[in-house]
Amino acid sequence: MSKKKSFLAIELQIRVKPDHSGVVTDGVKHSMNPFCEIAVEEAVKLKEKKLMKEVVVVSCGPQQSQETIRTALAMGADRGIHVEVSGKDYETLGPLQVSKILAALAKKEDAQLIILGKQAIDDDCNQTGQMTAALLDWPQGTFASEVSLEKDGIKVVREIDGGLETIKISTPAVLTADLRLNTPRYATLPNIMKAKKKKIANVKPADLGVDLTSRLEVLRVDEPPQRQAGMKVETVDDLVSKLKDAGKV
Amino acid sequence: MAAPFARIFSKSLRQIPRPWGSSCQSGLRSRSTKSLPVMGSDHTSGVVSFPPLQTYSEEESMMKDAVKKYAQERIAPFVSKMDENSAMDEEVIKSLFEQGLMGIEIDPEYGGTGSSFFASILVIEELAKVDPSVSVLCDIQNTLINVLFTKLGTPAQKEKYLSHLSTDMIGSFCLSEAESGSDAFALKTRAEKHKDFYVINGSKMWISNAEHAGVFLVMANVNPSAGYRGITCFIVDRETEGLEIGRKENKLGLRASSTCPVNFDNVKVPESNILGEIGHGYKYAIGMLNEGRIGIAAQMVGLAQGCFDHTVPYTRQRVQFGKRIFDFQGMQHQIAHVATQIEAARLLTYNAARLKEAGRPFIKEACMAKYFSAEVATLTTSKCIEWMGGVGFTKDYPIEKYYRDCKIGTIYEGTTNIQLSTMAKFIDKEFEQ
Repeated sequence: MSKKKSFLAIELQIRVKPDHSGVVTDGVKHSMNPFCEIAVEEAVKLKEKKLMKEVVVVSCGPQQSQETIRTALAMGADRGIHVEVSGKDYETLGPLQVSKILAALAKKEDAQLIILGKQAIDDDCNQTGQMTAALLDWPQGTFASEVSLEKDGIKVVREIDGGLETIKISTPAVLTADLRLNTPRYATLPNIMKAKKKKIANVKPADLGVDLTSRLEVLRVDEPPQRQAGMKVETVDDLVSKLKDAGKV
Repeated sequence: MAAPFARIFSKSLRQIPRPWGSSCQSGLRSRSTKSLPVMGSDHTSGVVSFPPLQTYSEEESMMKDAVKKYAQERIAPFVSKMDENSAMDEEVIKSLFEQGLMGIEIDPEYGGTGSSFFASILVIEELAKVDPSVSVLCDIQNTLINVLFTKLGTPAQKEKYLSHLSTDMIGSFCLSEAESGSDAFALKTRAEKHKDFYVINGSKMWISNAEHAGVFLVMANVNPSAGYRGITCFIVDRETEGLEIGRKENKLGLRASSTCPVNFDNVKVPESNILGEIGHGYKYAIGMLNEGRIGIAAQMVGLAQGCFDHTVPYTRQRVQFGKRIFDFQGMQHQIAHVATQIEAARLLTYNAARLKEAGRPFIKEACMAKYFSAEVATLTTSKCIEWMGGVGFTKDYPIEKYYRDCKIGTIYEGTTNIQLSTMAKFIDKEFEQ
């Protein structure tokens, strides 16, 4: 059987709101991005079907990222890689940098398949998977709602605006998981205990030869404007006169 | 005096599972995860640092989160129905086993999770926030049944039962009878010896989990003339001829947890089914109940917290006289008072659990935790209904269920009066010259 490994990228989920320079991350509970959870589940499933030999999970971020990796290990991944990025670098860490890191790791680990969540729910960028594929010059199957490994490649059913699109791509490849790909399992208590013994390797971006400087600068972050109360009118004439009053017509 | 102090402290530190340095849950509602400062005992400089009681090892933290998520998604939808029908849903029971929640301290060799007593406490607390009935099912299995088998079982008995207890079989503990509750050792169930088997006759009452249990641990007296020194613990399988499970009680609260009379009519059990030693049953019962006490304390803390968590959001939304009812000083004072009581109850419980894990004396503290938590649960649920006003009084909201569920806390596994008397005995001894 050919040796295969799959790879996952997990980003920390950021909640809470701004002070116009960004989003508050101090003292906020971080958890795994829901789409990344689905990606982990898919990888573990592939391993259980014996189509993949090893599942390695990767997370880029500060010390707290280790917790996310542990959760993935408790779901069934075999080992983890924590790419240490903290402080200023972490605030400006974007899809381009992450995909450079993933590409470097994929080459180092000789991965056959990279599965990511389609987008992170903090920045909604939806770029990392695509950029990683481009950097590696690998085919990509994004917004996957169904994945099946076949002899001559991977069949991916993608959710697109017009409906469902089925494509076949060769390996090695990059996939990004969409909502309906699967339902992630709970980390059962015995698996949480087993995860304790699994290894998490520590790596620095410099070790991978990746330059983390951002090409983007965030100028300002704002909350969406407060919703104004609406008005109810009784007749169409009423509506027209109100619009005229407001200078809209 | 420094030396003995250091020795005691380092002993307790050693017992606490590692690694440190991950999460520290601070406060009830705060959702922050802060990294702990690196802690350790530095004997050379004589400085020993102590983490707060609400400090969990990484796995304990992960388990807490996992159970919280699981309880919200897989148990919460069934709670109301189970309460109304007075029946535990089979799906819920199955998922409890699947998640590894029924064999928390059982060795992985027998299919268990292989974790610690404190992990059980955290699980029981998290489950109780959603449904105290499910929590008690988990509590009895983990703190009574599994412990008895693990501590006292022969290799053959462990082989036969532990792997089932962790994967698909519920156990029941049969001590109380119609005429012996607090006065447990006045039990009348008899076990007569014949050659290499015993014949058990008698009636047990108030047996939790009886509806679904596959195995019963029965306290029966082999030698009534020896009084309580004849009490022996027998393992009785459900299918044994003569064992009859009576009709479920129709209860005020904890309705989804089955509570039945269990009758023994010439039930034959082989000698090999004795758990532990003949005539030592009373010791085992007391020992187990000391630990079970902490589990019940955790259940009551979770119950109070769950009720509180459902109520405060309502007080923050409900507007009367132009402001949130939360903003009235009278309400704020009551809410803060209740929050303090819950925190105190939690700390008593956690401390008792850590003392037990450290192998230190814990009985007085366990009694305090159970007694106090039950009182706090009663106070909290009563207040919560008041804060919710009319809606708190209706079954459309989950609050009234917590109110009904909490009452049993002052009654089972040692009534409040018994707890207080036990504590008093310890206090008396402490002042002995």
